[in-house]
Amino acid sequence: MQNPENSAPLLEVENLSVEFHTDGGVVHAVSGVDITLAPGEVRGLVGESGSGKSVTSLAVLGLLGTRRARITSGRILFRGTDLLRIPERELRGLRGSHIGMVSQNALSALDPSFPIGAQLVEVIRRHQGVDRAAARKLALESLELVRLPDAPRRLRAYPHELSGGQRQRVVIALALACRPELLLADEPTTALDATVQKQILDLLLRLNDELGTAVLLVTHDFGVVSHVCDSVTVMRRGKVLEQGVAKDVLRDPQHPYTQALVKAVPRLHLSESERAVPRQQRRLHEFSEVMASVGEAS
Amino acid sequence: MSALTRLRPIAGRLASTVLVLLGVSLIVFLLLQLVPGDPARTILGAGATQESVAAVRAELGLDKPLPVQFLEYLQGLVTGDLGRSLTVNQDVATMLLPRFENTLILTGAALLLCLVVGIPLGILAARFQYGLFDRVAMFVTLAGASVPVYWFGLVLIGVFALSLDLLPTSGMYNTRNPGGFPDMLEHLVLPAVAAALVPLAVIARMTRSVFVDVLQQDYIRTLRASGLSETAILWRHGLRNALPPIVNVVGLQIGYLLGGVIFVEVVFGWPGLGQQLYTSITQRDLPVVQAGTLFVALAFVLVNLVADLAVGVLDPRSRRGGKR
Amino acid sequence: MSSTQAAQRTTLSRVPRQRGSRSPGRPSRFRLGVRAFCRDKVAVGALVVLVLVALASVFAPLLAPHSPTAGDSTMRLEGIGTPGHPLGLDGQGRDVLSRLLYGGRYSLLVAVVPVLVVFPIALATGMVAGYARGRTGEVIMRVLDVLFAFPLVLLAIALAAVLGAGLGNVMLAIGITLVPYMARVAYTTTVQEVGKDYVEAARASGAPTRDVLLRELLPNVVSGLLVYATTLAGLMIVVAAGLSFLGVGIIPPTPDWGIMTSDGASVLLEGKYHVATIPGLLILVVALSFNLIGDGLRDALDPRKQTS
Repeated sequence: MQNPENSAPLLEVENLSVEFHTDGGVVHAVSGVDITLAPGEVRGLVGESGSGKSVTSLAVLGLLGTRRARITSGRILFRGTDLLRIPERELRGLRGSHIGMVSQNALSALDPSFPIGAQLVEVIRRHQGVDRAAARKLALESLELVRLPDAPRRLRAYPHELSGGQRQRVVIALALACRPELLLADEPTTALDATVQKQILDLLLRLNDELGTAVLLVTHDFGVVSHVCDSVTVMRRGKVLEQGVAKDVLRDPQHPYTQALVKAVPRLHLSESERAVPRQQRRLHEFSEVMASVGEAS
Repeated sequence: MSALTRLRPIAGRLASTVLVLLGVSLIVFLLLQLVPGDPARTILGAGATQESVAAVRAELGLDKPLPVQFLEYLQGLVTGDLGRSLTVNQDVATMLLPRFENTLILTGAALLLCLVVGIPLGILAARFQYGLFDRVAMFVTLAGASVPVYWFGLVLIGVFALSLDLLPTSGMYNTRNPGGFPDMLEHLVLPAVAAALVPLAVIARMTRSVFVDVLQQDYIRTLRASGLSETAILWRHGLRNALPPIVNVVGLQIGYLLGGVIFVEVVFGWPGLGQQLYTSITQRDLPVVQAGTLFVALAFVLVNLVADLAVGVLDPRSRRGGKR
Repeated sequence: MSSTQAAQRTTLSRVPRQRGSRSPGRPSRFRLGVRAFCRDKVAVGALVVLVLVALASVFAPLLAPHSPTAGDSTMRLEGIGTPGHPLGLDGQGRDVLSRLLYGGRYSLLVAVVPVLVVFPIALATGMVAGYARGRTGEVIMRVLDVLFAFPLVLLAIALAAVLGAGLGNVMLAIGITLVPYMARVAYTTTVQEVGKDYVEAARASGAPTRDVLLRELLPNVVSGLLVYATTLAGLMIVVAAGLSFLGVGIIPPTPDWGIMTSDGASVLLEGKYHVATIPGLLILVVALSFNLIGDGLRDALDPRKQTS
């Protein structure tokens, strides 16, 4: 849900360029990318693999690793602070507390040697300096927030005892444990079954609604965009091709590449009558059509 | 999982361990059958008569068929009767036990060095992978792993004991005024360092390798994204996940330690099992060699059993069944 | 199954293929490996060192200034740089350099020959056990497990002690000690490879077991075992010399680096370090060279690094 006041942007990526130095030469993963995110906005970052969308998202949190990757230009302003210029310690303070991240490998994103409760508690205590009992309470709240069934018992469970969908919920809980203003979701549903995908996306929608967390959702799937996003940025080979309000871009894509991507998702086109229906309901209705058509085909 | 299902694999391991120990005893027994020469003659000397040799052989039970001898031997093992030494008038068990203790002290000290130096070395090398520290450490450890332990012991003696006169050259205690614990410690330093070098190098290399793998896992990125410090990630999460394979390697390296200790004890005159083995081999005192080899093999098998069980405990995925 | 499919299956398994390559026009993995190895300067350097040492030992009669066994007791324990004896003399007045050169023959032989001989034995055992899986494989490996209960060095010492001193016996002792280790590596590599897709594909295409073993599995298992064998050879140099050090190896006065170190130990207290230090240093250098070559081989044979 977008903040109607249109206050200062939460995240501003300005002219970001990232290079990778490989044995085969220099790869320009990201070239001159501009992205803006308002508080509470859900923006999709769409492209094929190699488009630079994941790299952009990782660059925000400084998780690119320093060996091969080099940020050659640009600023990343989070609430006015340039994340590329602050010391590592400060950045670490932001990670997990003001900016959360959910990655695509739900099955392997959690430390297999520690119970999930312990992992949540560790992050909560790291950022909020509360004692263990208070942290456990907050951890439990986070698990309930993501609607993990049987949450109190699950606190003691190990990751391998949970299913893929459950693990992804825990990862989201971990990212949101300290109620960050921004959530970076990198293909959060790619590794999951189709039915579970829908559940996770609905969860993200609800969290955006309840907590007001802005979401930068990296995905290759326009179906996901239509389900969840307010706005969308299309990337290809490191450059931004077009961006704008999601429904506008979906309805009338300008760039031929975007047109091809949109066409790739079945039955995305909005009918006249549906445009009048409030956005929330419209999205769910559309997506269920998409899911139904997918179900028929398989 | 019920307690019974959890115990089953452990029982299985114990059973196979017992089998292995039986096999080990068999091999040691057979080995000694291969030795040319007659133990009876060794005892009596060259000019012995046919009758006296036969008599001694009967006394030693050497005239019985092999399988019977083996069973009697096993029986002796279980009851603690390991025979008598052919050269020293003493039963083997009384001879070897105190020496085994001394060897354990030496091996323990060396193991401590290996863990305290080797593991952090490997962790830091992995942390700064491809950096200067990593490359230097890896070269040094490769060289260290190629060092002949007996030569290294001699070098240490030459440098620290003879040239610099900092530490004693040999023995476990000062022969003229035997001191207590501090005296032993002083004598322990050089032999422990000599014994520890190669296993330390191997453990450091393996630790680095395991850590490099661990640090590339997805959950490490999740932890970083959660704002945890590199120290916490490395020493809490990294170490915990790297522990099973490291424990495995340490278990195997203890075997190398036990094997190499014979050289160290000979070079440094450390009164342990290894030195006794050496003396007994040269003197063809077979019962002692037999028992000594068995001791070491036993210790090694038990250590590996403990290591295997530890790995089973440490890795949560093997402890309880899980959905994938 | 239609007749065309049956015919196709036979044709597939009868198609003659070049040694080690998958499709014509692409260089074999072996050649790619050699090229990758040559790019590794450290490994090549180590190989050069090794070859030099080996050559020096082979040509010892030509290169050695003195006899390795006859000693001049008037000059005993003279140090490095003595005219005519660049590396000094030992406790019995024998020239260290000459003993080093002749000693190299035995030290290298005793370490390398057992590895070479055991290689095919271990390869066969491991591959059969690994491919057969089930009962046969388990049983074979269990039997070897018993040998694993002994620390390697201890087993070698025990065997050498039992068999007696002498070149042949030492090689036999070391050879026997090596079998379980090399067989196990061959076994685990085979088991790993059998689980991979290309083996499944070969079997599905109807190729007979023998072909699957030889054409598909063998090259991969060999490369893994080769790397291990090289490192093991380095270790065996140290172990074999160690056996001589303890007196259960080569029979004196035949020179061997281990015995030389042992001789040096006895004169250490007289303040003469060179007798012990030099041969041990050489053992270290040769062992290190083997290890570096082994590392280089492992990197070179890593399929991910091979770009044609």
